[in-house]
Order: sequence, then C-alpha cells, then structure tokens
Amino acid sequence: MKVPRFSRKTLCIPYAVFLLFFVILPMLVILVYAFTDRNMGFSFGNFVKFFSDPTKLSTIVYSIVIALITTVACLLVAYPIAYILARSNMKKKHVILMLFVLPMWINFVLRVNAIRELFNWIGLLGQTNYFNTVFGMVYDFLPFMILPLYTTLMKIDNSLYEASADLGGNAFTAFTRITLPLSVPGIVSGVTMVFLPSMTNYVVSDMLGNSMVTIIGKFIYEYFGSDWHMGSMVALILLIVVFISTWLTGGFQSEENVRGANL
Amino acid sequence: MKKQLAGKCFKAAFVGLVLLILYAPILLLAVYSFISTDIIGQAGTFSLQHYVKLFGDPIILEMIGNTLLLAFLAAFLSTVLGTLGALGMFYCKKRVKAVLHGASQIPVINAEIVTALALAITFVVVGIGKSYFTMLIGHMVICTPFVVLSVMPKLKQMDNSLYEAALDLGASPFKALWKVVLPQIVPGVISGFMLAITLSLDDYIVTVYTRPNGFETISTYVFNATMRGNAHTAETLSSFWALTTIIFLVIVLFVVCSNLVGRKKKEATK
Repeated sequence: MKVPRFSRKTLCIPYAVFLLFFVILPMLVILVYAFTDRNMGFSFGNFVKFFSDPTKLSTIVYSIVIALITTVACLLVAYPIAYILARSNMKKKHVILMLFVLPMWINFVLRVNAIRELFNWIGLLGQTNYFNTVFGMVYDFLPFMILPLYTTLMKIDNSLYEASADLGGNAFTAFTRITLPLSVPGIVSGVTMVFLPSMTNYVVSDMLGNSMVTIIGKFIYEYFGSDWHMGSMVALILLIVVFISTWLTGGFQSEENVRGANL
Repeated sequence: MKKQLAGKCFKAAFVGLVLLILYAPILLLAVYSFISTDIIGQAGTFSLQHYVKLFGDPIILEMIGNTLLLAFLAAFLSTVLGTLGALGMFYCKKRVKAVLHGASQIPVINAEIVTALALAITFVVVGIGKSYFTMLIGHMVICTPFVVLSVMPKLKQMDNSLYEAALDLGASPFKALWKVVLPQIVPGVISGFMLAITLSLDDYIVTVYTRPNGFETISTYVFNATMRGNAHTAETLSSFWALTTIIFLVIVLFVVCSNLVGRKKKEATK
C-alpha cells in the first residue's frame, strides 16, 4: 500500500477560501445591494436615481476632471524624471530614484497633513481648494507614475539610439520614434495607478480642499452613513470602470513596481 | 559641447526642483518640530516641547502602538497566507491558477473604498459585528495579494528539479518544501512582508470601514484631529510635527542601513 503523496496544490486552499469569503463574496454582496431597494426587492431605482440627479452628475464630471488633471500633471512631471534617470550614466541614479520613493513610506495621512501645514503657512489653505487637491494628489501619487516609467525606459536597448543616430535621426526623432512608443506600457500602468485613486481617495480632497471639493469616493462615504444600496451602486459603477480599463489595457502589468518594493 | 553642458544643468535643475518640492513640507515640519511655537511661521527658540508632548500623551502613544501592532499582525498573517497561496497556486492546473490569480487581482486594481465598503456591508450581512478581527481581515485583504505577487516571480525563477531531487533522496514533501523550496523564495517573501507592513501602516480607508468602535490608528487619529479639531488642537497638531519627523528619520535610517548591508553582501559575493 502506497500512502497517497502529499500534494503541494493543497497549500493554496486557505488562500482560496480567504479569497472566496473576503474578496469574491463582498463583490457579490455589492452587486445584490446595488440592484435592490430598502426592502431587498429587485430594483433599478438606485441606478436611475443616481443618474437623474443633476448635482450628482456635475460632481462626477468635476471628479473626473480633477482625476484627469492629476494624471496628466503626474505624467508631465514623472516622464522627464524617469527619462533623465533612465538615460543618464550616473552611478548613483539608484539613490536619486530612491529619494523620490522615500516620502511615500511616511504615513499617508501624516504626509497630507504636512502639505496642509505648508499650505496653511503660505496662505493657500481654504483659498485655492481645487489647486490644493490636485497638488496633494500629484505629490502623493507621483512615485506610482515614476516607477513603471523608469522600468520600461530602462529596458530600451541603447543600440536602438545608436542605430537612429547612424541613420541620421536627431534627438527629437529618436524620442518620438523610439522612446515614446516603447514606453507606452509604462505610461499605461502609471496612468491606471494614478487615475483611479485620484477619483476615489477623499482623504486628500477633504484635508487639502478644505472639504469643499467632493470626489466620487466621498459619495460612497456619505452613502455609507445613509443608504447602502445607493453606496453599492456607486461602488459597482467604479468596479465596472476598473474592470473595463484593466481589460482594455491588457491587465495590470507593473505589480512589482508598486511602492518600490523591489528597489 | 556647451549645449550638452547646458542640457545637463537643465536636467539636474528639473530633478532638483521636483525633489525640493517633494521634501519641502516634510522639512518644514522637521524644522518647526524643534521650535517652541504651535504655529508655523511664528518665531520661537529651540525646544523639544513637541517631542515631550508627543511622548507624554497616552492617547497618542496608544494609537501609535495600535498602528504598529496591527501592521505587524496583518503583515505576518498575510505573508504566511500569501506564501502558502503562491506555492499552492504555482503547482495548480492552469485553469485553477488563472481563477485564483484573477481573484487576487481584484483588491489590487480595485479602488480601496470599494473594497472597504464591500467588506463592511458583507460583515453586517453575515452577522459579524465590527471588531479587531474584521479590521485585521480588512488589512489582510489589502496586503495578501501583494505578498502573492512578490513571491510568484521567485517561484518561476526556481529550478523545479531540486524539489524532485530532494524527494528522491528521501526527504518528506514538507521537509523538501521547508529546506529546498522555501530558501529559494525567501527574497520574495521578505519583500512581500515589507510591502504588507507599509500598506497596512498607510491605510486609512479600510481601517475606517472595518474598525471596532473607539479604535484609532495614526491615520484615523491624525485625520480626525485635523478635520474636526479638539480642545487641544494646536498642541495636538504640533505634536504631529514631531511624529512626522521621527518617522521620516526612522525611514532614512532604515534605507541607509539596508543599502549598507546590501553593499556588504555584494562585496562578499565578489
């Protein structure tokens, strides 16, 4: 009689159970709550109610515009930095990259509080709420943009630039024909990692926007206190947006870049 | 040649400027944490009063302890669960692997607030009241997928025949996993653990939705103090300057030390 051999597959059972109960099940609960009314009867009411409220709609548009501005600003600051660092032949560029990631390890709320104190000192707090919010978000999400860009730019083979120069290309054509197309995966993962939090992370907009800036994430917070069905509907819409954008961009590629874990 | 030099200066200036803006708020607080005033911009003399206040406030000390313990527990449990999960997934059939991998991605790509709301409603539906346990679960949901994601690449790099060799030489499967497989994935496990710690330390949203009544972490406490204020707001806020400075120094020290250790290791292997 042979004792049945221990199968290594069984090791994933605890994790599978954990995912089932605390990841899959909550998503199903959200789905059910989004399409039911207070008596738990099936209803499209939440959906209709959400999209027929003009103040809600205008806030959503505001929120998306803020997220877009944040993402573009992040990209405009992060791309040159990633490019300069990736293309320089400095020995210590790792240290400089580290300097960009380091503030991220200070507690998030303390970091936002530090910006708040700075704005309070120079007199911007309560004055330029939208600017403050966008500044805070760019500040906080910048490394999420720099790291994936840096990784993809580092992968570009130097011989491509040499070939381009040999064939008479100038620096500008080298950038538009080599660097930019080859860094698209980095741009995509950076954009996805910045855009979503800047629509939902209401800590920044509350603390720096003096509670005058409402973003989609804040809706969910407000509904959590009053109407879970509506809250679930907003959450479901966000969930669908995330899935569509992940599907369009071919999956989330830069897990390893998150928070500079591999630095 | 001149043009090149100008370009170099411009690049250095740009990187330097962004770094300056990035560090300005932190350095401002660091400087004022040593000055005897509760209002930034006001003159004062050198003083450690904010540090004395920080370490003399039992509520603040408790919330720091809470944050650290929670982060350690969540990271430890996530690392165990995630490492076992990654090992199991690695040897599963393609389809099972794809399903588990897909489910792992949900908390990673999802907005934190969606995860938090879904968990909070689920706990109520299932009939579990908010407690330390629900909060720990919330943090594990955020952390564990990242552990899996950092262990997986190490498994892929591993030479699979070593495990078989260990079995052929008479090791039990557990012994083979412990003595042969685990040592090869340790770097992934460690970076997963570190990542889990930072995610948990940083978290505000999931904590707020799953915590038991009256439980405060650094994130929730600082947020409430700045937004709502209390009787000693000015004093409390200035003790946060000291806290920010201490955390910043600890991080700098940690980074410098780990770089030094890394360099020594590299030299040793040369």
